[in-house]
Amino acid sequence: MSFQYIEELGWLTRPPVDFRQQCAGLLEIDTPGRAVRALADNALDQTQLEKLARLIGTLRESGQDLGPLLPLRLGIIGTGTLNFIEPALVATAARYGFVLECIRGDYDQVAQEAFDPQSIINRAAPDAVLIAVDYRALPLKECPEDAEEARQRTEAAVEQLHAIRDAIQKHSGATPILQTLAPPPEPLLGSFDCVQPGTLRFLIAEVNRALCLDAAENGGVLFDVAALADLVGSAEWHSPAQWNLAKLPFDAKFLPLYADHIMRVLAAMRGKSRRCLVLDLDNTLWGGVIGDDGLDGIRIAQGDYVGEAHLAVQHMALALRNRGVVLAVSSKNEDAVARLPFRHHPEMLLREEHFAVFQANWRDKATNIAAIAEELSLGIDAMVFLDDNPAERLQVRQALPEVAVPELPDDPALFARALGAAGYFEAIAFSEEDRARAAFYEGNSRRVALRSQVGDLDAYLRSLEMEITFQPFDEVGRARITQLINKSNQFNLTTRRYTEAQVAKAQHDADCFTLQVRLVDAVGDNGMISVVICRRTSSDTWEIDTWLMSCRVLGRKVEQMVLRELVHHAADHAVTRLVGRYIPTERNAMVRDHYPKLGFSLIAEKRDGATAWELRLPAEIAGAPMAVRRLDFREPIALRPCG
Amino acid sequence: MDMHSEIETKLQQVFQDVFDDESIEIRPEMTARDVDGWDSMNHLRLILAVERTFKMRLASTKISGLKTVGELIDLIAASA
Repeated sequence: MSFQYIEELGWLTRPPVDFRQQCAGLLEIDTPGRAVRALADNALDQTQLEKLARLIGTLRESGQDLGPLLPLRLGIIGTGTLNFIEPALVATAARYGFVLECIRGDYDQVAQEAFDPQSIINRAAPDAVLIAVDYRALPLKECPEDAEEARQRTEAAVEQLHAIRDAIQKHSGATPILQTLAPPPEPLLGSFDCVQPGTLRFLIAEVNRALCLDAAENGGVLFDVAALADLVGSAEWHSPAQWNLAKLPFDAKFLPLYADHIMRVLAAMRGKSRRCLVLDLDNTLWGGVIGDDGLDGIRIAQGDYVGEAHLAVQHMALALRNRGVVLAVSSKNEDAVARLPFRHHPEMLLREEHFAVFQANWRDKATNIAAIAEELSLGIDAMVFLDDNPAERLQVRQALPEVAVPELPDDPALFARALGAAGYFEAIAFSEEDRARAAFYEGNSRRVALRSQVGDLDAYLRSLEMEITFQPFDEVGRARITQLINKSNQFNLTTRRYTEAQVAKAQHDADCFTLQVRLVDAVGDNGMISVVICRRTSSDTWEIDTWLMSCRVLGRKVEQMVLRELVHHAADHAVTRLVGRYIPTERNAMVRDHYPKLGFSLIAEKRDGATAWELRLPAEIAGAPMAVRRLDFREPIALRPCG
Repeated sequence: MDMHSEIETKLQQVFQDVFDDESIEIRPEMTARDVDGWDSMNHLRLILAVERTFKMRLASTKISGLKTVGELIDLIAASA
């Protein structure tokens, strides 16, 4: 599963179905820079990368203003057929905010391109030159019988690479980028290859080590292809068929990944790596929902496979923070409740002091992330947002396309790996200043006030293509209804707990009107998300005994749709008055104003904060953009006079 | 639509993408001579795109034997 995620750049969204048309459409737009970037910000295959690259080339050559994309010129020299790398890089560069012009050296003319001051590359004077030499072009013939010869061959290979690098720098002024060597998987001695000097594995390891030591000492830029080949597996990376057929230095299926990895380095060179990681809490940093499950119920412990998956995310976040990435929280929770695990749970790795900003409220995440960025004086394009909920990810992507929002696999055990694979925080140096940066933001986990709405919420809701299904209680839903009744704490108006038997009784009680509510949307099936029980307390009144909802679907106007449904059925049952009560608990402050927000009027208020509200019917209740399905509602027993 | 026609439709799109020409219409008798710009580099791009689109590996020995688009379609059908 990991392999596929990495090979297909799983953290990126899939391209739109009309990708071809959108590409063609770029030529019609006035300032197409943003649209180009938006198209590039998908997992494109080589065919799509080539198509987009052609369009970018056309736009660039016609002198089109491609702002806010920044120009960048890259030379490429190296081993084998490098033609396909060019378009992959040009299209991928747009993902990172660049209009890239590639200058490719002639086939297998590495030395000529480097040492001849009049070579294509040197005359072009690009910003950087990728020196994509692989082991086959170096004097690294195996010599396991002679350790001294092995040492000399290693030295010769390193010297050759450094000579090329220095010549490029001298003649073109470009920043040279050397690559480490990816060893082929074929062994000579087996396991012993790494021990015996002179085997190919040994020679390559020695060359790589020397390149790294030199880069550390002299500040050169090194692109670690060996690590990339390791990531996908050297047996996949090296394709004998493709080398034999067309001298492709690595399997063409990795072109999009290779291009993405190079662009991370180039972007880092231009200071464009991301700087801030905004984290969701529930089911991201721990298993479960703190507001409903409480400190005892969330899963974060060692020895619990779910807890360990989320701890791995915390571990990675903490490590990033310690190397200078700023951490922030954006969670849909009461602020005090959200901070509980950080303050009181013994197994948490992250604590409040690790965060520069801590946003826990009921507003949408895009608005919160924009506020976080502004507070930290960071651009929106410096932000990364990690959230297990695909609907939240969609909202942020729509409202703030410049925020990096990785798509995540279903299994939380792979969350940390996915965030790592996306490579948002590439560094080309690591200074004291970097280490101290997180402290500079004074991790006082402060709260920032929100101002105006970011993004079009109604458009977002429409794009979710929600379908809400209303049904009375039945046997099939009974267990889940009972579970929700007993575990909902936050969005729960009266917090009445019932047994399954009592739930069954309500189902069959002629004076009870019950609702189980399900919600499906474009990103998935949310299952049962709301339960309502109304009791007839007089000939014309329904009192809402129970109204609870899953916090996962807050902000979607589900409450309005539920009220609309109640009003619809009230008419059939000759009910002209709805009464709702709010019984305050430690956990349900968020629904204190639930009834007034829906247009109910206050009828009573007690000293402990309990309130009673009424809504006289008929009443017009505004709907929300969702399709409605109704199942199994029986004909109401008419309480109309006979005759 | 039978398998061969399905393959032909998908393959036509591959040709249009590789040669950057929406007007290309492939026929079974078509050879490299019939398409403008079908050089060795585009031939390679075609092979890689076919492998990607039809999720198959074209064995290197079989590729050199291919003369017409029809033979390519047969090869793709055989590996399905």
